[in-house]
Amino acid sequence: MIEVISESRCIECDICVKVCPANVFDKTGGAPVIARQDDCQTCFLCEIYCPTDALYVAEYADGPVAITEAEVEERDLFGSYSRALGWKRGKPGGTQFDPTHRIRVAQV
Amino acid sequence: MSSNQTDPSGSDPLRLQADVLIIGGGPSGAWAALAAAENGTKVVLADKGYLGTSGATAPSNTGTWCVAPGEDRAQIVERRWQRTAGLADPRWMLRCVDRAYENLLKLVEWGYPFPSEDDGKLYIANLRGPDYMAFMRRRVLLAGVTVLDQHPALELLSNGETVTGAAGVDRQRNRDWRVDAKAVVLATGGCAFHERILGATGLTGDGYLMAAEAGATLSGMEFTGKYTLAPHGSSLNKGLPFRWATFYREDGTEIINSDGEPLRNGIGEREKEIARAMIEAPVYARLDQAEPVLQDWLRQGQPNCFVPYSRMGIDPFKALFRVTFKAEGTVRGTGGIRLATSDCGTDVPGLYVAGDAASRENMTGAMSGGGAVNSSWAIASGWWSGQGASQFAKRHEQRSAFRSTSSPLGEAGLRPAGTTKPGLTAKNVIAAVQAEVLPLEKNYFRDGDRLEASRQKLDTLWSDVRHHLAGAGVDRYRAREAAAIAATGRWSLNASLARQESRGMHRRADFQSNDPAFTRPILVSGIDHIRVEAAEPVQHGKERAS
Ligand SMILES: Cc1cc2nc3c(=O)[nH]c(=O)nc-3n(C[C@H](O)[C@H](O)[C@H](O)COP(=O)(O)OP(=O)(O)OC[C@H]3O[C@@H](n4cnc5c(N)ncnc54)[C@H](O)[C@@H]3O)c2cc1C
Ligand code: SF4
Ligand code: SF4
Repeated sequence: MIEVISESRCIECDICVKVCPANVFDKTGGAPVIARQDDCQTCFLCEIYCPTDALYVAEYADGPVAITEAEVEERDLFGSYSRALGWKRGKPGGTQFDPTHRIRVAQV
Repeated sequence: MSSNQTDPSGSDPLRLQADVLIIGGGPSGAWAALAAAENGTKVVLADKGYLGTSGATAPSNTGTWCVAPGEDRAQIVERRWQRTAGLADPRWMLRCVDRAYENLLKLVEWGYPFPSEDDGKLYIANLRGPDYMAFMRRRVLLAGVTVLDQHPALELLSNGETVTGAAGVDRQRNRDWRVDAKAVVLATGGCAFHERILGATGLTGDGYLMAAEAGATLSGMEFTGKYTLAPHGSSLNKGLPFRWATFYREDGTEIINSDGEPLRNGIGEREKEIARAMIEAPVYARLDQAEPVLQDWLRQGQPNCFVPYSRMGIDPFKALFRVTFKAEGTVRGTGGIRLATSDCGTDVPGLYVAGDAASRENMTGAMSGGGAVNSSWAIASGWWSGQGASQFAKRHEQRSAFRSTSSPLGEAGLRPAGTTKPGLTAKNVIAAVQAEVLPLEKNYFRDGDRLEASRQKLDTLWSDVRHHLAGAGVDRYRAREAAAIAATGRWSLNASLARQESRGMHRRADFQSNDPAFTRPILVSGIDHIRVEAAEPVQHGKERAS
């Protein structure tokens, strides 16, 4: 589930409010807030749309977990999914290097 | 539940007019919008979430069923047909691969960044979800379509003869909306019963309920027995990595299969044995059958599958981790709204259907179409429905004069027959349905007595829903979702009871074998009183793929 909005990283663009398919965030005038955490579908998409890697979604989908911004920062997890995909500053990228076709050959 | 938001007091309703209204912004809705716009009609697309991130494709990495025109095309379709347990229609399969191929080439032409194979040829048989859907959003906007994000549709409108639009809520501006249209495409996806899986939050069967209220028939609703492995507690129902898994008990001992060998491969024929083992006790996995080079491909090619492991701090190729089977309802199942015409029209004039909202029995029969067929179907059926709806709109140019006679069709969860009951919340209703349709011992392994007991429970629940469930303000959509989930559960149970045999993902302990008399779709219709009937037998073996 969505766990952390880093106020120090957030530039208050409200993109996450707009793009979250489950409408989890609310605008505040400052950094958005996680208003409906239980609605989160743990899709990690807000992370990759955030231009400053200010969001962290924990892998556990069935309920909230205790993880702090400091821990996410220390384990270098902010932006880690974007980096794995090749998305940068909230913009798509990297799909031209996707090696999935090799896996599909190996699968059979 | 709080309903924010920009304007807590609510504002004037939004009213728009269009030729074609598309409800749902996954791939099928996006392709429908492009086809309708190309046909010169005015198009509005409303999505519950956001066109680009909503739906089952956006968070995933989808392989398409990509068959190039050529001599062996008919054999490829024929081979796939063999795997559909007899219910698919090779003519639909052929048209689908052809249409999907054309549209994949359109993506190439539009500059979608496909990867290249070693010989430099573009590999167009895979679409990475977030990138694909971000790209589709840009194309749809470029085509001049009006996109309404965060606008769940609640109900269809009708003038008594044809569907004339839909109404819903704008959940961020806290206001109602209504779009009058000459034709409507339902591209609302499947129903995963609110299981926490990738992309499924919004996939609650709303389209089925809206269609059934308008008089449409559903087909294949018994095919909801599809489950996919995921790390325990996660949302990552991606089966592919489990191709290389071995399965263990908590103490690290290997689980032994029916041939006395270690139980391996979570997406193969042994799936049943893993499900059985999981009913007995927790099951653990390790991806220890993947060679190092494959490990690298998996990490790079399926980054979302590896997010949970890296966040849990474990190496899935070396360490054991607990797994669960996630229920996928009709998302990776095959049931949905029955198609009545080749342009994806339904039994109801002016109502078209695309993607997972439609029954995919023509394409995949009793087997899951996840992993290849569904995404090609979303492309092809999206395209056809957009064309069909826009042509219907053109034929009914004059209809605007009668628009004042349109009335809303929504009932369950929206306009209860009695007063609301405080204890009856959307959440409780969904939990009660889940208790009948998610557990492996009820829905993976089926049995007449258990199905009947579940049916009776959901009939009782339904009477409560019908009489007492409603939401307030923008949260009306939550009550409506719960009603749609409950209705879908009932359709699924009724169809499952009627199919007195085992076929594909429908596994009956009391009818273990396949019965040729059931090589025909089971149709369900009606909401309070559900009617079940068997369709004409499927013509197969004769006109196949020629
Ligand atoms: C994890 C996962 C992996 C998959 N991988 C593959 C694969 O590799 N290959 C393959 O072929 N298939 C795959 N599938 C299946 C494939 O993703 C679906 O078939 C495809 O997304 C269907 O497209 P769609 O547009 O019909 O529905 P969806 O993409 O599910 O979109 C439905 C849309 O309707 C909207 N909606 C719902 N209700 C309403 C409402 N009331 N009002 C307004 N909007 C509404 C939703 O917000 C959503 O945007 C996978 C599915 C999952 C879950
Ligand atoms: S997308 Fe990122 S930067 Fe923008 S408001 Fe959300 S958290 Fe802040
Ligand atoms: S993970 Fe998905 S559902 Fe959850 S907050 Fe982020 S975008 Fe929304």
